[in-house]
Order: sequence, then C-alpha cells, then structure tokens
Amino acid sequence: MNLWYTIAGMAGVTYLLRASFLLLPSGVETPPPLKRALRYVPAAVLTAIWAPELALQDGVLALSPHNERLLAGAVAIAVAWRFRLTFATIVSGLLALHFFDWLL
Amino acid sequence: MFFQRSIFTEGVRACMPVLLGVVPFGVITGVAMVASGIPPLAAMLMSIFVFAGASMVASAQLLASHAPALLVVLTAAIINLRFMMYSASLRLHFAHAPLRWRLLIGYLTADNVYGLMLQRFAGTADEHGKLSYFLGAGIPVWLAWQAAVFAGVAIGAGVPAAWRLEFAAPLAFIAMSVPLLRDRAMAAAALAAGIGVVAAHALPLKLSVLLAAVVGIGTGMVFEVKDK
Repeated sequence: MNLWYTIAGMAGVTYLLRASFLLLPSGVETPPPLKRALRYVPAAVLTAIWAPELALQDGVLALSPHNERLLAGAVAIAVAWRFRLTFATIVSGLLALHFFDWLL
Repeated sequence: MFFQRSIFTEGVRACMPVLLGVVPFGVITGVAMVASGIPPLAAMLMSIFVFAGASMVASAQLLASHAPALLVVLTAAIINLRFMMYSASLRLHFAHAPLRWRLLIGYLTADNVYGLMLQRFAGTADEHGKLSYFLGAGIPVWLAWQAAVFAGVAIGAGVPAAWRLEFAAPLAFIAMSVPLLRDRAMAAAALAAGIGVVAAHALPLKLSVLLAAVVGIGTGMVFEVKDK
C-alpha cells in the first residue's frame, strides 16, 4: 500500500513541477528573483545527486587515491567537460572504474 | 497549422545522439527499482506516471530502507525541482500554445529534451516550429526511456554485480550537470552544492540534497551579483 501512495504522490508532485509555469495564464509574469534562483537549480541539484556517490565510501568521507569511484568520477567529469556527450561520459566512467579497481 | 513535419523530423534527428545516454540510464533505473524490491508492474507504472529517472533511483533506495511514503515523495520533489525551472523557461516559447499542448509539453519535459530545445531555439522567434521540434525530440526520448526501463526491469537481478553497473547512475548525472557549468556563478553553485551535500550527508532521508540545493542556489546568486 505504501508503494502505491508513493507512486501516486511522486507522479502528482513531479507533474505539477513540470507543468507549473506552462499552466499559468499568458499574462502572468514570472517574478524576476524566482527566475534568477531557478537558473541555478539544475546545476545545484544534479551535482548534489552525484557528489556523495564519489566522495563517500560506506557513508564516510573518502577523498583519497584509494577511492576508485572518486578517480573514475574525475575521468568522467573530464570527458563530460570536454565532449559534452552522455554516452561517452558513462562508458569512460565505467571503464575507468574497472581500471582503477584492477589497479588498486 | 502547428505541426510541421520537416521540423518534427529535425527534432527526431537531433535527439538520436541523446538516446545513447537515455537508454543506459533507463536500463539502470529499471534494474535499481527491481533490485530494491519494487514489483515489476509497479516499477513500470512508476516509470510511465513519474517519468523522471533521478527521482526514481533515489526513491527506490529509500523504499528499500522502508522510508515513509511522504518522505519519499518529498525527496522526489526536491530532485525534480529542476523541472520547475525548465517549465519557467519553456513558458517563454509556449505561453500561447493551446492548453492541451502545454499539458503534454509538461509531461514530456526531460533534461535532455529541454537541453535540445534550448540549443535549437535560443534567441529565435519562429513560433510554429517549436512545438513540432519539441515533440520530434520528446516522443522518441519518451519511447526509448520506457523501453529501456522495461529492459532493466526484465533483466532485474540478471545483471552480474561484478559489472558495477550501478555506478552508471551517478555518471549519467555527471553527464547532465558538468556541461551546464559555463560561467563562474554556475560553477560556484555546483561546487557549493557538492560540498554541502557531502558535509550534510549524515542528515536522515536525503535532507542533505535539499540543504545542498539551497546552499548551491544561494552561492550562485551571490556570484552572479559579484560578477556584474
């Protein structure tokens, strides 16, 4: 039961966020401060999703050369920065993970 | 009147390279949901009704740790807050489209589709092609996503753990976020959010993501003022 409430809630909330501004009548203007703040939401939220996966090992901060996820992540970041290609980023990151895993 | 076949086709072509990223991420999402104990049918329904991979992966982790529904929904809301920004931005293009189309645009908005739209129409005013282009890019992305999640759900526990495919989820987010860092303010926002989320990781129920979002947005706005 918990699962169905969760799915319904997630679906409703996500759709409302997605449609939010698109559903406002055409005369309504977005307040400029909100527009400015929203500009930074994707970079901030997306980074907050992946950063712990690289920096933490079993819930403990692991900024060391023995953390193969951190090293592989650095490779993926460089590829993403240089080439801006999702597929290349995922493949290079996974290959780097296996390489560092084997190396360490 | 609205539908322009040539521009629709242009959208379809433009989204093809993006599918190379959508498909592996969809497969991982499907695998992650089944691995956390969500039944296959529920996983597919979630994929169709929620249609937002990042929040689905996060919710799968939370559901596996028996978090209450309200908290899972709250976490999804934080992760999907970025869609609100996309809708504010897409509104500039679609404010005059009929409501039924705006309802559909809202549903089909995904990170990649929004990105393609922005690349193609930044600063151009031709009204009618936009909807055709958006649908041309958005429909194949939707279809590929659902097919990929279905594949992931079907494979389920069949993926050997030694492949470490779970690491592809953070990699997909790196691929989405790093190209956004084009100016100092944006980079500062991401860096602050990254440091914030790690510093606050001990907080329960992914509240660290909420905190990091607030810190990141604030930092970005401060740098924006400084850089002017």
